[in-house]
Amino acid sequence: MTGHDVYLLSPEISLVGLALLVMALDLVTRRKALLTLVAVAGLALPLALSIVLWGEVSSEERYSRLVGVMGALSIDRFALFFKFLILGVTGLLLAASVDYSKRLPRLRGEFIGLILLSATGMMLLASATELITLYVALELSALPMIALATFRMTPRGGEAGLKFLILSGVSSALLLYGMVLVYGITGTTYLSEIGAALATSVDGSIPFGGVALLVGVILIVAGFGFKISAAPFHMWAPDVYQGGPTPVVAFLSVASKAAGFAILMRVFYTAFPSVELDWSMLFAILAVVSMTLGNLMAMVQSNIKRLLAYSTVAHAGYMLVGLAAVASRIDGDGTAAGPGSLLFYLGAYAVTNLTAFFVVMVVANKLETREIDDYSGLSRRSPFLAGALAFALVSLIGIPPTGLFIGKIFLFTSAVQSGLAWLAVAGVVNSVISAYYYLRIVRLMYMGEASDKKKLRVSAAFGVALAVSAASVLALGVAPRLITWLTDGAARVLIG
Amino acid sequence: MNEFDGILTAVVFLPLAGAILLLVFARTDRWVRLTALGVALADFALAALVFLRYEVDSNDRFQLLDRFEWISTEVFTAQYQLGVDGLSAPLVLLTGLLGLCAVLASWSIKMRVKEYFVWLLVLQTAVMGVFVSLDFLLFFLFWELELIPMYFLISIWGSGRKEYSAMKFLVFTFLGSAFMLVSILALFLADGGAQLDMIGWAESGADLALTVIPISVVFWFFFVAFAVKLPLLPVHTWLPDAHTDAPTAVSMMLAGVLLKMGGYGLLRITVGMFPDMTIDYALILTVLAVVTILYAAVVTLRQTDLKRLIAYSSVSHMGLVVLGIGAVGMAAGTYSNLGLTGAAMQLFTHGTITGLLFLCVGVLYERTHTRYIPDLGGLAQRMPFLAVAFVIAGLASLGLPGLSGFVSEILVFLGAFKAFPWLTAFGAFGIVIAAGYILWMLQRALFGPTRERFAHVTPSNWVERIPMALLIISIVVVGVYPSLLTDVFNAGLASLPAMTGG
Repeated sequence: MTGHDVYLLSPEISLVGLALLVMALDLVTRRKALLTLVAVAGLALPLALSIVLWGEVSSEERYSRLVGVMGALSIDRFALFFKFLILGVTGLLLAASVDYSKRLPRLRGEFIGLILLSATGMMLLASATELITLYVALELSALPMIALATFRMTPRGGEAGLKFLILSGVSSALLLYGMVLVYGITGTTYLSEIGAALATSVDGSIPFGGVALLVGVILIVAGFGFKISAAPFHMWAPDVYQGGPTPVVAFLSVASKAAGFAILMRVFYTAFPSVELDWSMLFAILAVVSMTLGNLMAMVQSNIKRLLAYSTVAHAGYMLVGLAAVASRIDGDGTAAGPGSLLFYLGAYAVTNLTAFFVVMVVANKLETREIDDYSGLSRRSPFLAGALAFALVSLIGIPPTGLFIGKIFLFTSAVQSGLAWLAVAGVVNSVISAYYYLRIVRLMYMGEASDKKKLRVSAAFGVALAVSAASVLALGVAPRLITWLTDGAARVLIG
Repeated sequence: MNEFDGILTAVVFLPLAGAILLLVFARTDRWVRLTALGVALADFALAALVFLRYEVDSNDRFQLLDRFEWISTEVFTAQYQLGVDGLSAPLVLLTGLLGLCAVLASWSIKMRVKEYFVWLLVLQTAVMGVFVSLDFLLFFLFWELELIPMYFLISIWGSGRKEYSAMKFLVFTFLGSAFMLVSILALFLADGGAQLDMIGWAESGADLALTVIPISVVFWFFFVAFAVKLPLLPVHTWLPDAHTDAPTAVSMMLAGVLLKMGGYGLLRITVGMFPDMTIDYALILTVLAVVTILYAAVVTLRQTDLKRLIAYSSVSHMGLVVLGIGAVGMAAGTYSNLGLTGAAMQLFTHGTITGLLFLCVGVLYERTHTRYIPDLGGLAQRMPFLAVAFVIAGLASLGLPGLSGFVSEILVFLGAFKAFPWLTAFGAFGIVIAAGYILWMLQRALFGPTRERFAHVTPSNWVERIPMALLIISIVVVGVYPSLLTDVFNAGLASLPAMTGG
């Protein structure tokens, strides 16, 4: 590892340092509120370092990137977009979970530290360009989440953690097996070299070469499918969402999903552009299955966290529309429309879902309930919470003026542009279906009677975090240019 | 490319700013009402200014432009582009006027006052936005934005089966706009180059070979979205429910301006961008219109609830808009905008007349607590001002010369008669029936012997009389001096590709 590598890894290194600092501080101080403060303020350092790196690779040229650690990492605009996103999500989440972490007096430092470590893994994942590095980063992001899922040490939490652990292990195994097959065929673990090797046909020289490659690619898709909770690899999501602590689930649904899509795009763009498998169709089918299944299952839920779990499955479906659009454009003139739309959608989804989860988090904390019926009359108990949740739900449906409205327009346009008009229609129909269950909650909050008239108070840190995330949903809805210059630049890294 | 006059941006976003102001600062209900009134008054003044500043003789078709680049990515470019032409300028005025009247008509709201006025003002921003947007994405954004305040206004402050009605309204409109979205995306991806710019499409017309979806599908998808909103048979069923259960001011806004979004869309997009298709399908449109006019008129006769009666009469009267549009294509090669001007006039006049009718019903209901016609009667002596206003509105609605309804109806029928004489003759029966149901309603509700149980009924107060007077003035002025509006509408419609043969 050279000095230059350290420079390239500096955001991740500083984040690990921050995690260790918070845990060490936990041992010496009695003022636990300090921990959250240090963690949130400390995020400024990795953020600043990422901005410095952005400055180095911000030229319009496609191959503007810094390669380090023997070619295993690529610092480019694509990776940095995700680093910004993950840092932002982490900061908001830590600020918002200050009330939650008060209830973990002995484990507060560990809670924050593990979240930071998981974020490190995700940031690493976004710049990994080599299979083993990728795998290590993936495990680094997943293992802290498994520990966090069991944090409350309730039977339900234990069950959730165990399920998460086992299914996470299975998906890792699938992924590894797929990687082994690909390595066996191409003889390299570097994504770009895999791409080059596959571009010259391998079928003749290796027995069952074509079939083995196909199986390898499908196994990799299955492994990542778990990460992004796309159907049919979504089985873990409802149970883990229901049983796990809400802040952890929020982090899982937003940051983990974004990182999963980052690596999925990176792998398929760099390594498999020439695989003889119609992966556009594969992703399109996964997309339709995910959104339809997610929306239909969400309709019958009575627990809000389970509902949101199925809602993320549905949204994984919408995002896969972008991936299918990306894929089908490969042979054509190669515009960055698909990936650009997907990146925008990921950003808008992150703030929207965080807003929704923040409200769920505080309601779960104060009212000790996760049942949708208990949201009845929330607008009178706290106009702020109800308004923010209603706004987030409106965004999840895709009604303007919200970020996901613009996101859906982008995604469906790129699908139609790629000749997948039927997929866009499926997406629009699904959005209309989803209005049913999202609006049910809005209706309860505004038209239902509250069983208890007592006002709900929230802490200042939480209020700021919620206001910032809700305002971001609005900002992306009315002024998408705030991040389209970032997402377009990032997407151009994948396709020139 | 960038221009910024500012007045349209102000007229659209002033109510929204007012809503935010209310949300943050207003503490007492009294201040909420006064602030909302101030905002509505200012917005009306701005709307009137927009109408006055629109120059009929100018060479620029679209005036008072506000535009700059809004979204620019590899997938997508969209402009923030506001502007008015002869078609939208009067509708801006109408929205300002009804917005003001709606605030005054809401004076007696007692429950969750602040929330109510916030939603009402947001609604006004959305409707204004629809009328002045000249970019498809922006147009669609405002079109959808209107759903949210409407949903809350009906389902919280309504009566009867309010939640059912609000949901029905939402589902119908949402489904209609899903069709519209597909059409917009298809236009965006067309090889015309104009993309989302409505000015570009308005100039070139969209009758060209599209790559993605056949152009006739695009046309009909747009048509469905607007037909739901207008509404046209057979997608009108949401309207009587929504009207019946909505609070008075919301019914006024719904009938007065929200339905006009459908008519405006038909004129601006269906006729304006697909002139040849409109002419090809004119027969279908006219048949749909005549069926709507007659069916709704007959159904209206059978109604016993005042609000439901007026709601169905609105459906019938909105059929006239489509009748006028169907008249666009006449004998091969010749075009006439007589019917179109009538259709556009109908949007304005029906807006003021039905607004007044709903206002009268609201005032009546406030005192009698019933809208069931057989229970009413003999109220003219107790409420003279209301009775006069109600009668004027009724007479205007049935098309009495000298009042505004006559002007638009005569223009529509003159235009349509030249294109489809037999169908139009059938449609004209709608007017005869209208005379029947309106006069019968007025007679049963207002006149006849005084009734014991209405002895406590008090005359209307000044807060109620001001909006009534405003609407009466507009009905009479337009009835007596119609060229105030027809010239403006003519200027807007004359530059449509259908008229210029482009």
